[in-house]
Amino acid sequence: MNPPLSSGELAHALTMAGLEVEAMEAVAPLFTHVVVGEVLAVSPHPNADRLNICRVDGGQGEALQIVCGAPNVRPGIKAPCALVGATLPGMTIKPAKLRGVESYGMLCSAKEIGVAAEGAGLLLLAEDAPVGMDIRAYLALDDQSFTLKLTPNRSDCLSVAGVAREVAAITDCAIALPEIAPSGAEIDDQRRVVIKAPSDCPRYCGRVIRGINAAAETPRWMAQRLERSGLRCVHPLVDITNYVMLELGQPLHAFDLDRLDGDVTVRFARPGEPLVLLNERTVALEDDMLVIADDRGAQALAGMMGGVHSAVTGATRDIFLESAFFNPSAIIGKSRRLGMSSDSAYRFERGVDFALARNALERATRLVSEICGGRVGPVTEVTGELPPRNPIVLRRERASKVIGVEFSAEQVSALLARLRFQVEERNGAHHVIPPSYRFDLAIEEDLIEELVRLYGYDNVPALLPQGKEQLSPRTESARPVHEIRSFMIMQDYQEIVSYSFVEAEWEADFAANLQPIRLQNPIAAHLAVMRSTLLGGLVDTLRFNLNRSQERVRLFEIGRCFLPGKDISQPLRVAGLAYGAARPEQWGEAKREVDFYDVKGDVEALFWPDSPRFKAANHPAFHPGQCASVMLDDTIVGWIGVLHPRWRQKYDLMTGPVVGFELELAPLLQRTPPHCHEVSKFPPVRRDLAVVVDEKVNLQNMLDVMLDNLPDVVSDLTLFDVYRGKGIDSDKKSLAFRVMMQDTRKTLNDEEIDAAMARLVDVLSDRIGAELRN
Amino acid sequence: MRNPDDILLEALQQLENIGSLAELDQVKARYLGKNGALTELLKGLGKMPSETRREAGGRINQAKEKLELALKAAKEAIREAQLQAQLARESLDVTLPGRRIGRGGRHPISRTQERIENLFGSIGFDVADGPELETDFYNFTALNFPPDHPARTMHDTFYLEDGYLLRTHTSPVQVRYMENHQPPLKVIAPGKAYRCDSDLTHSPMFHQVEGLWVDERINFAELKGVLTDFMRRFFEQDNLRSRFRPSFFPFTEPSAEMDISCVACGGKGCRVCSHTGWLEILGCGMVHPHVLRSAGADPEQVLGFAFGMGIERLAMLRYGVNDLRLFFENDLRFLQQFH
Repeated sequence: MNPPLSSGELAHALTMAGLEVEAMEAVAPLFTHVVVGEVLAVSPHPNADRLNICRVDGGQGEALQIVCGAPNVRPGIKAPCALVGATLPGMTIKPAKLRGVESYGMLCSAKEIGVAAEGAGLLLLAEDAPVGMDIRAYLALDDQSFTLKLTPNRSDCLSVAGVAREVAAITDCAIALPEIAPSGAEIDDQRRVVIKAPSDCPRYCGRVIRGINAAAETPRWMAQRLERSGLRCVHPLVDITNYVMLELGQPLHAFDLDRLDGDVTVRFARPGEPLVLLNERTVALEDDMLVIADDRGAQALAGMMGGVHSAVTGATRDIFLESAFFNPSAIIGKSRRLGMSSDSAYRFERGVDFALARNALERATRLVSEICGGRVGPVTEVTGELPPRNPIVLRRERASKVIGVEFSAEQVSALLARLRFQVEERNGAHHVIPPSYRFDLAIEEDLIEELVRLYGYDNVPALLPQGKEQLSPRTESARPVHEIRSFMIMQDYQEIVSYSFVEAEWEADFAANLQPIRLQNPIAAHLAVMRSTLLGGLVDTLRFNLNRSQERVRLFEIGRCFLPGKDISQPLRVAGLAYGAARPEQWGEAKREVDFYDVKGDVEALFWPDSPRFKAANHPAFHPGQCASVMLDDTIVGWIGVLHPRWRQKYDLMTGPVVGFELELAPLLQRTPPHCHEVSKFPPVRRDLAVVVDEKVNLQNMLDVMLDNLPDVVSDLTLFDVYRGKGIDSDKKSLAFRVMMQDTRKTLNDEEIDAAMARLVDVLSDRIGAELRN
Repeated sequence: MRNPDDILLEALQQLENIGSLAELDQVKARYLGKNGALTELLKGLGKMPSETRREAGGRINQAKEKLELALKAAKEAIREAQLQAQLARESLDVTLPGRRIGRGGRHPISRTQERIENLFGSIGFDVADGPELETDFYNFTALNFPPDHPARTMHDTFYLEDGYLLRTHTSPVQVRYMENHQPPLKVIAPGKAYRCDSDLTHSPMFHQVEGLWVDERINFAELKGVLTDFMRRFFEQDNLRSRFRPSFFPFTEPSAEMDISCVACGGKGCRVCSHTGWLEILGCGMVHPHVLRSAGADPEQVLGFAFGMGIERLAMLRYGVNDLRLFFENDLRFLQQFH
């Protein structure tokens, strides 16, 4: 085929049709005036040990004198010869004098003409290379090599024929796939083929070829094509099977006939059945792995790799050539499980044309005959349960509705015709039977995609949806996460994002989590367990930044934690930590290290207008005397505390205290929309209440006692002073409260005010043992 | 009797030399006080003959009034001088910095995510969240990945015990959201995803935004329209070109890969776009009928489109970040640039 496109245009057309051209490279750089040259005579250079004076026939009529330094130059060889006037990558050839001897040209290495990265000596050409022929023509150096990145559904394009079919469809250009004529049997020899897994191996073709020429060599054109496709030449028979695979897409395998005992059986392996693969690895097979076996045992992993015992070698004279179809489901996942890969497995996993096996066998047979000789036996073909081909109904209206482009029936027919699909129009719909190589197509959407692919994604207009406006369903009682984030930022915390998988040690230290959720295949040993706390990542980030000369670090992270248990839970949390000065260093305020109450203030503000309770508690990350649980409605929703001195020491954070917190995010994301209350017209009254209590009394107990017995007129109760020292016993402290009183119906009189204050003093005295401070 | 005008002159002379309210009070007492000079004159009026008393009284009272006016003026002058002195004393160096509370900053990924949410929110998209520790069902099966299919192995999945895995994309939220909401629905689901792959251009943890629009009538042309518009708004380039290439995702069909003209060079070709002029930016497609069905919707009744894009990639292009690893290293010197 020859579509009317330049290489660049073809690459673009392929990419835009879904066969992404990842790279397009000329197989050789541009150069001119290099021909096949024959070295006629070689004599040593009189003035240089390493140079020789050669007489070279470059087909120019007269032999050329060329000085050459290559170690492998000798009379009779053929090599690329750059004539005077030639331009090579990085040089131009002119008549020159080398150590006093005239030279008219240059004999070249592979490197010098840019076809290989290395080239120690001259690139030796075949004996039959025609002298004087342009080397670009002789070595087909004007070719372009395309690297396609195929999506997993398009394994039909894992061959030259497949890509050619695709190019024909997308360029609407004629294609002539070569006719493959069957080879008549010259001998009667056959191997019986027994299929014990007919749904996994629905077709198996094989034939015997005897009397292979052991001295045969892979022809240059084939070797060149294999090499340019990234395959190494191994053995003519292997090269032929590889070549047919690249050409048609059918993986084949050649067995050494002498090494096969008895029938060829396609069956599942016995558990633990051993097989030494071609790559000389011994594998223990499992009972869901399909093998090709002889009477003695497994000889090949079906569709994946042959065994070393029955492999062809230089001594092989007779072969059994296999071309089969294995169901993807029989191959899929097995090579991965065995830790191996092969071109064959890659194709069978994704799918191979189930109708191709016999044709490919004939093509390979022809190549074997041409290249290696031998006498051909008849084809043995056994079929099992081949995949059904059911018509797929394509409704034009559906296609138009999905794509947003009105397709006419003629348009649909024309596009499908380019794909060579069997189409029948019935009841206003197209009934389509795709060819056997398009096994990826099964439902109407598959055909719609084909349709629009050929129509061109670019030709579909980009439209904004009309008449579908709907306001966002977000509710007022849902507080967006971004608001939490903004709040933390306003409070001077920098957001970080750390890995969800952490060091197991962090989990033990900061969450006392000794059985964290483990990854089976971690990317690295220190990223092997899922975090159940955000504190580890924060401490690590703190340390990282302190090592980079930061003096004041305040961090927060919002992320998921993963809590082990019968039912794994994965709550979102917000956590933060503060280290260093409470405020940025400045002239107007004395420098002070951040403390528990700084961070507690931030946490309280985060919850506002809710007011969580804080209760002295123990948490593995925190100092036991400087840690609180954060509670909402008797439920713990988080923790706050000063990092335990043990961890400060262990994590090398000795220069100052670290205060941290970790809160469940869910309660922070709920808020009650406000409900308005009447504002009192009567003036509020303030009274101060100062009491002396034991040092060990905590504020929350006092507040609880007062709140439980709160006179109706008290509207607000706030601690405004804590005093220890002169005038107060050393085991006591004085607390002062501001008591605000108000009535919505009248101005309070002195008796009411005094009674309310007396009530508060009484309950504090009764329940806490507080004394009014004089 | 002393001449009241002389006394006035004397008093006015004294007023000239005072600098404080106290001195002023002394002057006032000296002339207008109980025993002040002018007061004394007034007291002496009674002893004067009646024919001169009237005329003398007039002169004394005139002098007294003049002195009172002068005292008032002098008092105001002193106050003004004192105020000016106070103001001079109180002047600040207004160039000293204000009292600082300090401000943290948003991680660039969050910043980008918020922007994406706002842009899609402006056309009515809801924001959904889903678990990161997922089941095989939601991550693969419900999204039409056949068991063991190469499309699955391409995902380089992290596995955990008990059959859980770390979601390899945010697409499972599509299925979860559809299970709990009735069409029509428009939703994006930003979040973390994980793949067992780590090199210069792959992070084992990364962020995606999944998008889904399911409606009775929604089509591929509109998918192109919405995403093209989004990219233009996101990069604030009205002329941003885009192209859609056929691709393959098990959960969409037709599937497409969207490229945009390089935002760094405008499509001329540069290092950012590997000299192609194009940037691969997202994957998208019409929701596969199998996915609609497994989420309980009838593909004959509703259609949908879905897309997924990498937040890191968008952030890198938008803010000129050239190394993916910077996002997870959390060096404050890097992060603080994003406020």
